[in-house]
Formats: sequence, structure tokens, C-alpha cells
Amino acid sequence: MTAQPTPVAASVPPAGPDERLAATSWLTRALRRPALGALLGAVVVFVVFTLTDQQHLWLTQTGFESWAQQASFYGIVAVPVGLLMIGGEFDLSTGGMTGFTAIIAALLVGRAHWNAWAAIVVTFAVAGLIGLVNGYVVVKSKLPSFIVTLATYFVVRGLSIGGVLLVNHGSTNVGIGGTDHSGLDSAKAVFGSTFAGNPGLANGYATEILWFVAVTLVAVWVLARTTFGNWVFAAGGDQVAARNVGVPVARTKVSLFVATSMAAALVGVITFTQTSNAVSEQGVGNEFYFIIAAVAGGCLLTGGYGSVVGAALGACIIGMAFQGVIYSGWDSSWDFTFVGGILFLAVGVNAFIYRRATRARR
Amino acid sequence: MTDTTALLEVRHISKFFGSVNALRDVSLTVRAGRVTCVLGDNGAGKSTLIKILSGVFPPDEGEFLIDGEPARFTSPRDARAAGISTVFQDLAMVPLMSVWRNFFLGSEPTRGWGPFRRFDVATARERTRTELGAMGIDVRDPDQAVGTLSGGERQSVAIARAIHFGARVLILDEPTSALGVKQAGLVLHRIVQARDLGLGVIFITHNPHHAYPVGDRFVVLKRGRSLGDHAKPEIERDELVRLMAGGAELDELAHELERPPPDVADYPVDTP
Repeated sequence: MTAQPTPVAASVPPAGPDERLAATSWLTRALRRPALGALLGAVVVFVVFTLTDQQHLWLTQTGFESWAQQASFYGIVAVPVGLLMIGGEFDLSTGGMTGFTAIIAALLVGRAHWNAWAAIVVTFAVAGLIGLVNGYVVVKSKLPSFIVTLATYFVVRGLSIGGVLLVNHGSTNVGIGGTDHSGLDSAKAVFGSTFAGNPGLANGYATEILWFVAVTLVAVWVLARTTFGNWVFAAGGDQVAARNVGVPVARTKVSLFVATSMAAALVGVITFTQTSNAVSEQGVGNEFYFIIAAVAGGCLLTGGYGSVVGAALGACIIGMAFQGVIYSGWDSSWDFTFVGGILFLAVGVNAFIYRRATRARR
Repeated sequence: MTDTTALLEVRHISKFFGSVNALRDVSLTVRAGRVTCVLGDNGAGKSTLIKILSGVFPPDEGEFLIDGEPARFTSPRDARAAGISTVFQDLAMVPLMSVWRNFFLGSEPTRGWGPFRRFDVATARERTRTELGAMGIDVRDPDQAVGTLSGGERQSVAIARAIHFGARVLILDEPTSALGVKQAGLVLHRIVQARDLGLGVIFITHNPHHAYPVGDRFVVLKRGRSLGDHAKPEIERDELVRLMAGGAELDELAHELERPPPDVADYPVDTP
């Protein structure tokens, strides 16, 4: 028998240069970037507050410093939360974790009189472990991460009230007293101080901002330029397909949960070193801002699509909103409504971009 | 018939799930540069057979030979290492990801060292373009999401990917089932291309009209059993269709559905 070629119903399209390529204009390319909505939103918010600024501070170093620091507080966690959302999962425990980790660090330094660096290392280790548990339970139980991390959130929140009351003489405020603590000054310098201060004018920029920039740059690189980043997209986009081609989906997801917890710990350590103090319930509710920043930045709630730069820009929008309202002399009780409006707008714009990006172009 | 050793051969394999006999005494051979078609209706045991061939689980009975040597796979990874690549129905592609990210998913080329080892994006883009171009697949833009490709294009990319990653045996699970005539034709072209590149192709389908033009051998499954293994010259297309549809059953169905020509005179109106 022979393997003679057999006639087939349709013809192969002609190969060669394709005139249709020109149809992919720069506009289409720009619209394909999930961060576009957040970029436009950030520009609009910035311009609005420039125009409404009553205290003539918005365009000064003080103005920039204030919203940038606020943005960093949200952004450091929002960026890995965005990665996790692209990977198809949620983490609601992050807000509670920022407070819980600050308390651990404060207790170790203030009550146990540890070296500050040792305390910080242990704080990160505990956070990493909690992230590991979150990830492991989600992957193994196949329960929605929304529920699993909600449970973690309440456990952690309870610990940072009940646990603290137990070991802190019945007070939920963990100060570290006036005595010298070894390593605290250098830890403050790295996590909780300022740089480029201008004597007699301003305090300079919080090192928190540098951490925000560093976290964002690392995350951008990981998502766009590493094998792991490709796995993150795949784990969120279609985990069965990803598994079929050999992507370690479980390991990818667990790593992302560890990343969000560690980022929350970074914020916890930063706030502790800034204030030499930690209070139970601090950070509670922030998980929503982290998620709002990521969603405003174009991260799809169902996973598989999104942008790290977008999440960072989303954090900037929230930071600008909170500070801009103050400078504009508006009633700050409307902050929440403002943020809600931003979220509505961002989701609308992103849905449009998403449809553009995934629509067949032919 | 050629005397070359079969790339992949299974002899008298069976698979049980509890008391259910999913596959019973099925044999199948695929040689280099040949297309073996596995035909069967829903529930015929095609999925079970694919899972055995692609290493998802081993058969309970029977022999599994690779290049004439007995083999036992415990995971799809083993099968892939032996050069058996399966394009599953869901394609193992992520619709929201770009063509080039999908093409190398799970086998990303890297450059650099240690913590700076990174996904070689430039190489991945370039190789996706050249590999697909070599097969005459016209992706207008490797940056577009796979979800924006047509069904036939998606299958084509999946097949090109399997070939690129060194498949010797290509198992295609219902690649034409959800496609229109033109798109199905596109996929049949890829099957012929893979065959001409010297791959052994196992083409699983329930459509004898798709199988007959490209197949060299036809194995028809029914309720877990093989209704025979036919070389192309031994069997006519109509015979294959009949075998596939269950011959007598089809006649019976035709009989049941048949009705006399509607003639009003034959149906007097029943007036009370």
C-alpha cells in the first residue's frame, strides 16, 4: 500500500508577506495593553487635582511625597495581588496581614527585646508560612481562594487582637518604649525613614516609595520576561490546558500566595519601623484597596489577563484620590464614594479594552 | 505493506473502570509517515484509548510497544519523552495568551544564568513565526491572543507545536469535530503535512468523511470493542460509514424515520 497524497476539501492559504499586518495600528497595539485604562485614569485624576488644589501644594515636593507614600502603601501589596489575580486567585487576607505582621515585629522587638533584624526576618518567615498555608489549602482543597483567604483573614485578625491582649498586658497597642533596641536604627533606615530631605523645607521622600518602585520593577520583569511569568498567565487563563503542557500550576499558585503574604509583611514592617508602634486592627479593610488597585489596573477578576504596571498605577490613583481630596479642601468623608466611582469607571474602561484585545482582528 | 517497525503498537489492550469494561481487546499500529484513524461514536472508548496512548493511565491488559520494545507509561510526561505528542480536544492552549506565549508554554526557551535566567522572549517570538511559516500557517501577528484565531488555525498551531517539540507520533483527539468544512480542510492539510514529515499520526474522529481522505488504516471502535482494522485498499468509504454508524442499526433507524409520502387522501380526517 502507498501513502499517496489524498485530495482534501479546502486549499492552503497562500504564504508570504501579509498585507493585513498593517491593520494592527499603533492604536490597536496601545488598546491591547491592559494598563491603558489605569494610565488614562491616573492622568485624569492628577490633572483634576492640579486644577482643584486649594493649598498650592499638589505640584510641590510635599504634595508628591504625600500621595506617593500613600500610593506605595497600597501599591507594594497591590502589585503581587495583581499577579495573583492574573494567576486566577484572590487573597483577602492581605489587609489583616499588614497589621498582623506589624504586631509580630513590634512584639518581638518591644516585648521579647530581640534584635530588630532578627525580628524582621522572623516576621517575613511567619508571613511566608501563612502564604504557603493559603496556597496549599487552595490548591489541595480546590475551594475558591476567596473563601480560604477570607478564613485566614479572620483567623489572623483574631490573633492580632486576642493574641496581643494575652501577651501585651491587656493592651492592643504595642509600643516599643524609649529604650535602645539593637538593630532598630538600621532597620528604620532601610524600611521606615526618608531620603533626599531638604533641610528646613521638607522631610524628603519615604523609603517606602523606593520599595514600591522596586517591587513593581521586579514584578514587571517576572511577569513579562520569565518562564514563571508565562506560567502565571497560563495558570489563570486555563489551568487544565497549562497542566497538560507541563506547567506546574500548583507550585505557581502557591508561590503567588507566598508573594502576596510577604508583600503584606513588607508593608507591616515598614509601618512598624516608621512609627515604632503597632496597633491591633490596623490594616483591616485595606485588602479591598489592594484589589481595587489591581482591578483598576486591568487585572481580570477571572484571571489570565492583566498588568503589573496597571496595578501600580491603580495604587497611584487611590493614593492621589485620598491626598488630593484633602488639598482640594473637599469633605474627606466622600473619599469612599470617590474610590467606588473610580472602580466603576475603571472596570468599564477595562471591559472595553479587554474586548478590543481579545476580539478577532481580521 | 512495509516491513518497517511500528513506531507505536498496542496489542489486545483492555481497560476496566470498576465493573465497566471501557476498552476490550483493541489492537492498533502506527508507522512512520502513515495515518491511522480511530473511528467511533460517543462512548465507543476513544477517550479511554487516547488516555492510554498518551500515558495518562496504563492499560489493564495487553501489550504496549514503542519501536517494537515493550513500554509502560505512568504519566503523560513519559509519553512525551518517548516522542508521543497528544493534541487534546481542548488543545492545551490558553485563549487569552498570545500565540508565541502559547507555542512555548511549558517548554520556554531561556537565557541567562541563576536568578537572572529568563524567558528568551525574542527567540520565542521569532521561532513561533518561522515554525508556523514553515507549515504555511498564516498567523498575521504572533502577539494576538490565541482566542482570536479561528478553530482551524488554533488546531494548526497546536499541531505545529507538537511537531516542533520533536513528536514522532502525533495523536489528534477529534481535531475536526467542532469545525466547519473549510476549517476542517485546513486541519486535514496539517495531518497530511505531519505525515509527509515522517510522523506517525493517530487521528481520532467520529467523522468517516474526514478520516477516509487522509487515513492509511482505519480502526473502528464500538462499545469498547474493535470492529476491525482495515487498510485503505481493503475498505470503501461507504463501507466505513456503514461500519461506523453501525450498519444494521442505521438501516433500522432509516426504517423507523421513514414515512409514506404525505398524501392527504391516505389520512382521512377523523370527524367525531
